[in-house]
Amino acid sequence: MTDVANAIVLLLNFVIVPGVAYGSQLALGALGVTLIFGILRFANFAHGDVMAFGTMVVLLTTWWFQGMGVGIAPLPTALIALPFGIVGAAAFNLAADRVVFRFYRRRKSPPVILLIASVGVMFALQGIVRFIIGPDDRRLADGARFIIKASEFKAATGLKEGLAIKLSQGLTLAVAAIAVAALFWFLHRTRAGKAMRAYSDNEDLALLSGVSPDRVVFYAWLIAATLAAVAGTMYGIDKSYKPFTYFQLLLPIFASAILGGIGHPIGAVAGGFIVALSETAVTYAYKKFLRYLVPESWEPSGLMQLLSTDYKLAISFVILVVVLLVRPTGIFRGRVLS
Amino acid sequence: MRRKGWVAFVAAAAALCLGLAPDAKADGHEVKVGVILGFTGPIESLTPPMGDSAELAMKEVSDSGAFLGGKMMVPVRGDSTCIDAAAATAAAERLVTAEGVAAIFGADCSGVTIAITNNVAVPNGVVIISPSATSPALTTIEDNGLFFRTAPSDARQGQVLAEVLIERGISSVAVTYTNNDYGKGLDGSFGAAFAALGGTVEISAAHEDGKGDYSAEVGALAASGAEHLVVFGYIDQGGKGIIQGAVDTGAFENFIVGDGMIGDSLIEAIGDALTGTIGTAPGSASEGAAAFVELAAANGVDGDGPFRGESYDAAALIALSMQAAGTADRGASASKVLEVANAPGEQIGPGELGKALQILADGGEIDYQGATNVELTDVGEAAGSYAVMEVEGGAFMTKEIR
Repeated sequence: MTDVANAIVLLLNFVIVPGVAYGSQLALGALGVTLIFGILRFANFAHGDVMAFGTMVVLLTTWWFQGMGVGIAPLPTALIALPFGIVGAAAFNLAADRVVFRFYRRRKSPPVILLIASVGVMFALQGIVRFIIGPDDRRLADGARFIIKASEFKAATGLKEGLAIKLSQGLTLAVAAIAVAALFWFLHRTRAGKAMRAYSDNEDLALLSGVSPDRVVFYAWLIAATLAAVAGTMYGIDKSYKPFTYFQLLLPIFASAILGGIGHPIGAVAGGFIVALSETAVTYAYKKFLRYLVPESWEPSGLMQLLSTDYKLAISFVILVVVLLVRPTGIFRGRVLS
Repeated sequence: MRRKGWVAFVAAAAALCLGLAPDAKADGHEVKVGVILGFTGPIESLTPPMGDSAELAMKEVSDSGAFLGGKMMVPVRGDSTCIDAAAATAAAERLVTAEGVAAIFGADCSGVTIAITNNVAVPNGVVIISPSATSPALTTIEDNGLFFRTAPSDARQGQVLAEVLIERGISSVAVTYTNNDYGKGLDGSFGAAFAALGGTVEISAAHEDGKGDYSAEVGALAASGAEHLVVFGYIDQGGKGIIQGAVDTGAFENFIVGDGMIGDSLIEAIGDALTGTIGTAPGSASEGAAAFVELAAANGVDGDGPFRGESYDAAALIALSMQAAGTADRGASASKVLEVANAPGEQIGPGELGKALQILADGGEIDYQGATNVELTDVGEAAGSYAVMEVEGGAFMTKEIR
């Protein structure tokens, strides 16, 4: 019986817990991408770097707070700096819309042009972020590190395997749950949210019913920026802040959004968790796990690893390709905000 | 008309650029030497003191007044980035063509050093001396005799590390290495030596630098069942991320690290969990090493750290070989490097470069020892003594020299 418990704890520690934390971060990112797609009808490639930008503001504010001795230990200081990051990211998104995207929107340019414009915005933003804070790896987390430590868990349960849950992982899940709940409440319960859904469903009909397109676009950028700053900060607290990793996150984020059905918020959340868990589950080596479950004579000599961890990033690609081939609309049949 | 003016402007600018290069070379009073290190990138916390150590040697050479009849040795810095071969090649190309350097000090990481040697040093006939590129691949590179290094090949480091582990009764390890020439070379030499001594490498997995999250890599390494984790990576990059992840999840408690991972910033980042970590880095306990640290401190440079003595020695060898050749012309000094580095001749320690230059000017012979007991093999690389280190009380302490 303890063998089964050991096996389960092993899997929890190395696959489920990191996968769920990463999944929440992807889900928040994918929500932002999906929202912009639902309203503005283009894939916003700058989203990953908006995350980096928002997190940068959070980091700068965190340093300022730390310098003044303000903190909320044992929680990370970055949490109280988060509103500043949201304001920063929102200011950037609105400025980018005013300077770049509005021009193409008014000309009714096809989505691919907006997409390419967003790639331009992305490169410009990468430059800005590196200009302000540089390309280095920085620590965003302070305060307590663990909810459960591996050694404490072992001592408490008497199992051979330890389970570690970092404070940042618990926080990520909690913050993601709050953000997702708030977003759904906004979309379904408020006037502005309903207007957004109507606009996404049928632009002309929404205009006829008196929905102001400028308002809707304004809210979309605002919410996307909020989600980006929250996702970026949670990722930064959980791992560390490095501008380049946010650009790399773009691929799994798009894979999540498309897998769930682009334009579909529930799909984005589901997609985020599926992509993250498949990344951790497919690259995990099950040798030790099986050793607990099967009789000794059956013990595998190999690592029982489906794919080397080198190919972690490729899993997002594979998911993306398979979804586009088999079910292009995604799990939840996306295209509109519903 | 406007277009014509534009063309004229471009032509003038081009002429100016072309005109500048020979100008810089023609200036007889200065000998420019490229200092190309990864001032940005995965080892950016290691490189500034390396550059300072090399420039310390160059300053000593200039101040002596004996270098090629009173010439100055002027360092020109370039950024190798450590990982981006294209950027490193471009930086080296700039040093050679625009700045007109007579020799290159650098580069640091093996991949970019190979790229610079192949693409810039050999085609232009420039001597290149690296203080820290340790890949075994550089031993056999087609360099026309232009490439040297004051660091030993990792073939030796893998052997030393394997011996240390077996002696301490560690016979089963998981290995992770950074996915480049340095990591692969060290992984290969360690794996072969460890297996020959009766040890087992349960898993050998590469990791990519520059990622935010290494939990999947750590999970795979832990699943191998080994209790000791060997990390051949970089201190500011994936290597640190792997150790952090392993400590956080409780996957490993015992770490063994290669030379790219040794530094105080690793202990600052990880903390007490590192206590007992074993590592190896090129180094020696010679008088020269202590003398160098003292000399460096007197000049405001922190000389006590990885590859700093090697850097000083590499720069010193550039100057001494030019002096022996009697000219700073490109490539002329290549045949003299082994001569000044090895016996016979008067032994030269750190801080004695002025004396050495004088001996060479008078037609004598020297055997440069420097900070790291320099002894080059006939392919032009350090024979290699390694310091075996262990983390005690929050710092890497040297235990023995092999």
